[in-house]
Amino acid sequence: MGKERVAVVGIGQTKHQATYDGSIATLVREAAERALDDARMGWSDIDAVVIGKAPDFFEGVMMPELYLADALGATGKPMFRVHTAGSVGGSTAIVAQDLIAAGIHERVLTVAFEKQSESEAMWALSLPIPFQPPMHAGAGGYFAPHVRAYIRRSGAPDHIGILVALKDRLNALKNPYAHLHEHGITFESVKDSIMLWDPIRYSETCPSSDGACAMVLTNEKGGDEAAAQGRPPAWVLGTAFRSEPTMFAGRDQVNPRGGQDCARDVYAQAGITDPRRDIDVAEIYVPFSWFEPMWLENLHFAAEGEGWKLVEAGVTQMDGDLPVNCSGGVLSSNPIGASGMLRFAEAAMQVRGQCGEHQIDGVRKALGHAYGGGSQFFAMWVVGTEKP
Amino acid sequence: MPELILPARLQGIEQVRSFRAPARLDYQFTAGLATTRFLRAVAEKRLVGQRCPKCQKVYVPPRGACPTDGVPTEEEVELAHSGTVTTFCVVNVQFYGQVMELPYVSALILLDGSDIPIMHLIQEVPYDQVHMGMRVEAVWVPDDELGPTLESIKYFRPNGEPDADWETYKDNV
Ligand SMILES: [Zn+2]
Repeated sequence: MGKERVAVVGIGQTKHQATYDGSIATLVREAAERALDDARMGWSDIDAVVIGKAPDFFEGVMMPELYLADALGATGKPMFRVHTAGSVGGSTAIVAQDLIAAGIHERVLTVAFEKQSESEAMWALSLPIPFQPPMHAGAGGYFAPHVRAYIRRSGAPDHIGILVALKDRLNALKNPYAHLHEHGITFESVKDSIMLWDPIRYSETCPSSDGACAMVLTNEKGGDEAAAQGRPPAWVLGTAFRSEPTMFAGRDQVNPRGGQDCARDVYAQAGITDPRRDIDVAEIYVPFSWFEPMWLENLHFAAEGEGWKLVEAGVTQMDGDLPVNCSGGVLSSNPIGASGMLRFAEAAMQVRGQCGEHQIDGVRKALGHAYGGGSQFFAMWVVGTEKP
Repeated sequence: MPELILPARLQGIEQVRSFRAPARLDYQFTAGLATTRFLRAVAEKRLVGQRCPKCQKVYVPPRGACPTDGVPTEEEVELAHSGTVTTFCVVNVQFYGQVMELPYVSALILLDGSDIPIMHLIQEVPYDQVHMGMRVEAVWVPDDELGPTLESIKYFRPNGEPDADWETYKDNV
């Protein structure tokens, strides 16, 4: 027996914001109800629930799935918790799709969230390491030296990071769910914002957000039914996950091997031979602006050292030939655990034509991408309008 | 989210939206054999790495095995107290729990004779003059304060040598 085909038939997200005025249970339930409504389903239609979030010590709620099971209608059903750091939203969706592809379940609800207002993420990502000086400074402190390495290796000019930040924040103005809506943002205002982790500026950094994302995935029968009712599904054409150790001699943290291999795998599954030509739109996990050109190379959209040229030429703008992060991306909304699922969901929304003002016309194939840890976990899927 | 309807006796009372509940965790940390040997050497003001018998790469701090080849790394290698800044960032962000004075330079330093950079501070030089390829040396705490921790090195500072050639450290950037 071969793999079952998998379809995305329902998508929901909360309005991402600095402080969501409700409990974590309310937050995830709001996203889940929106996904169920979009799928024209109720809680009883769901066979299993797969939930993901970033480290528990962000909010200080250990194993939140224990208390969220009831809010997510999982009583009496299988429930799985996934954790792969920042990539978790992506890997959670992959686990959900695997349960259907394997023929185990027909309809799976998958949810991811973070509530940074109840969290001390900077502190949690800067815990003193035993026997080392207390010099760690969050994700920015970890990634900034590698951004500097990218700039040195590629010879990219300084304004590339500013262009990415400006693009994503302007795209966010077209997305009512985005956290940041900075109407007055300009090239100069990004350039003049303070260096938090030189070479990363304040305005080139993701915000701290509360938010959740949910999707309803079904087997082929469910996808066909949705299509027959005039609600086209997004068909999953390929999924891939890779990990690599955080530390080994000669590790390339600018263009990690795990990400390169993951992209090759997912493209092969989806029949993509030239990603720049075959993929119509991409949602890529870019928490700091410079990661857009870095991941364009890692994802084989550009040759090594050439990613910044696509940014400079406007290729990744909404009117370019490879629009990236039309939703505003992680740079405009970062409910950490949900951020990866939002990339996967936004890719599916583009395929389904659900994006409203940030919709790209005629999308047939879209890439969703997430990464996590010290660039050591990579999760990707390609979704499309046609069945695989 | 749905509106919360309060009973009459609670009407007009300011609702508690959140409160701060600090939590404390104390850990016992077992360093493991390789790290313990490394830290004991640090307490004697020595930096000792381990060489992989297959790829010949020198790991510091050693892990006891090569992550690439999966073999034990038993040969110990005495390393210089000088190295090259491969890359770095200038940290200028305040956050809960931070103890460092801002701004400070957090650098990846490739110790001479090793094949993987360690993270440490660069001081005794204005932060805006730190650059890739800069040659630096360890500044240790006084001998009576030495202990089994990399905090026995207060920071690194420029050692006055000309910058390292890009070719000598580009594989670690
Ligand atoms: Zn080796």
